[in-house]
Amino acid sequence: MNLHAIKAIYIFEMSRFFRTFLQSFISPVISTSLYFVVFGAAIGSRINEVDGVDYAAFIVPGLIMLSVMTQSTSNASFGIYFPKFIGTIYELLSAPISFLEIVIGYVGAAMTKGLFIGIVILATAYLFVDLDIKYPLAMLAFLVMTCLSFSLLGFIIGIWAKSFDQLQLVPLLVITPLVFLGGSFYSISMLPPVWQTITLFNPVVYLISGFRWSFFGDADVAIGVSLFAIGFFTAICLAVIWWIFKTGYRIKS
Amino acid sequence: MSAIVSARALTKVYEGGFEALKGVDLDIEEGEILALLGPNGAGKTTLISTICGMVTPSGGSVTVGGHDIDAGYRQARKLIGLVPQEINLEPFEKVMNTIRFSRGLFGYGPDDAYLEKILRQLSLWDKKDARVVELSGGMKRRVLIAKALSHEPRILFLDEPTAGVDVELRKDMWDVVRGLQSDGVTIILTTHYIEEAEAIADRVGVISDGKILLVQDKDELMRQLGQKELRIELQTPVPHVPDDLKEFDLTRADDGCALVYTYDTGSDRTGITRLISALSAAGLVLKDVSTHQSSLEEIFVGLVGEKS
Repeated sequence: MNLHAIKAIYIFEMSRFFRTFLQSFISPVISTSLYFVVFGAAIGSRINEVDGVDYAAFIVPGLIMLSVMTQSTSNASFGIYFPKFIGTIYELLSAPISFLEIVIGYVGAAMTKGLFIGIVILATAYLFVDLDIKYPLAMLAFLVMTCLSFSLLGFIIGIWAKSFDQLQLVPLLVITPLVFLGGSFYSISMLPPVWQTITLFNPVVYLISGFRWSFFGDADVAIGVSLFAIGFFTAICLAVIWWIFKTGYRIKS
Repeated sequence: MSAIVSARALTKVYEGGFEALKGVDLDIEEGEILALLGPNGAGKTTLISTICGMVTPSGGSVTVGGHDIDAGYRQARKLIGLVPQEINLEPFEKVMNTIRFSRGLFGYGPDDAYLEKILRQLSLWDKKDARVVELSGGMKRRVLIAKALSHEPRILFLDEPTAGVDVELRKDMWDVVRGLQSDGVTIILTTHYIEEAEAIADRVGVISDGKILLVQDKDELMRQLGQKELRIELQTPVPHVPDDLKEFDLTRADDGCALVYTYDTGSDRTGITRLISALSAAGLVLKDVSTHQSSLEEIFVGLVGEKS
């Protein structure tokens, strides 16, 4: 294992994050505050409670998931796409480093950024609502798993993308809608029965539900199902990355 | 000397059927400077990219320092530094950080003292905290070299190192290359500037249409293929080459004001003494005599034209 290489990639990627630290730090704080003002204060004052939880508190796990999923994906995809775009990928390809080590470096850095953003949003949420996290360790585990799986997804997108447009495509057109429709701001029990069934095809539902369970001990779907869903999603991403590694898809001629 | 890089029957067919390498055999000796000459699209970059691991070969094998580039890729690649043709650099990163990154990538722990040595050697030390985007083109090229040297390679590939570089910097670059050679680094450079090969290479390889046409000691190549011309300016023009001088195969130039004799510098007898005597015997009065050695470029053009 070329540990120096993994460390070098990780540090290099994190330095990009720190170069734009203000932007990385302030934008989630502002957007989270806006959500709290709009959903928590304005709409929340009319909803009061969902499943026995104060509405402003109820949306916290969904808000964290929304940012963590989109940020992990876009950070990881940008991280590997940018060297392809500017040509510095030659160095990765000619270095004594395995594809696995490349993945660990880039995905590790993207995960760290995702985790950081998740924690910043959680801290911001404390300014607006009283939160009492029921299973803090489980919450952290879910957060880490989500960062990991979506960073892997982002890495795949970054390898696949041939332009900046394509890079934006999946986070914008797939992940954001799925998160919004996946029960970030509502419980799926609030939907009409037909939509409840349709919603169950949305994989993000299971992730948000599991994450919310770690906060409040209550969930839309059973926690075991959530765990299985996130494990399954991670496994699919790993399988795709393994295939990319085997075939050199879009990185090696 | 022994071969540090060895390619055998190396082929590469790109998707779409383009055959970039058609069975290349090449041995690169340890410690030498080898210049790979060839026209655009000859396969120079594909050859380098294959040896360095960026392109998967379609057939054949390559060993670097005795390690197969596939089975022993970690050991093989550790020995190699690569300076690509294009200026590919992370624009917003500081010079020092990009070089630290390269060193780490090749599996070496931090050693800022060594990196300082390289940066000073390349006159980049005062730019170590500058962001890449702020540097001039020539400076960026030096950063690429610094990156390639950051992990103490024994073999350095320079793909068109002086393309689009001004004369001053080109000479600087040659000095750097010679300095590296004296440190024991084997250097392979591709170029289509013949003068570059002529100036710094020990051996010259000519590649055209995916095949190595020859690899030879530069001076020997010049000697073997180098023809020299003796130009004899005459006091009075001649309407045709006098019959007595037929055996010398002279050609008339400048409407008969000059005669040109072509001879081989490699042969024992050039025939010049005999020619001079024959000229005076024929009653011709000489005004001036000059010689001209064919350059590597002329040899190269002749070679590529002949074999393709």
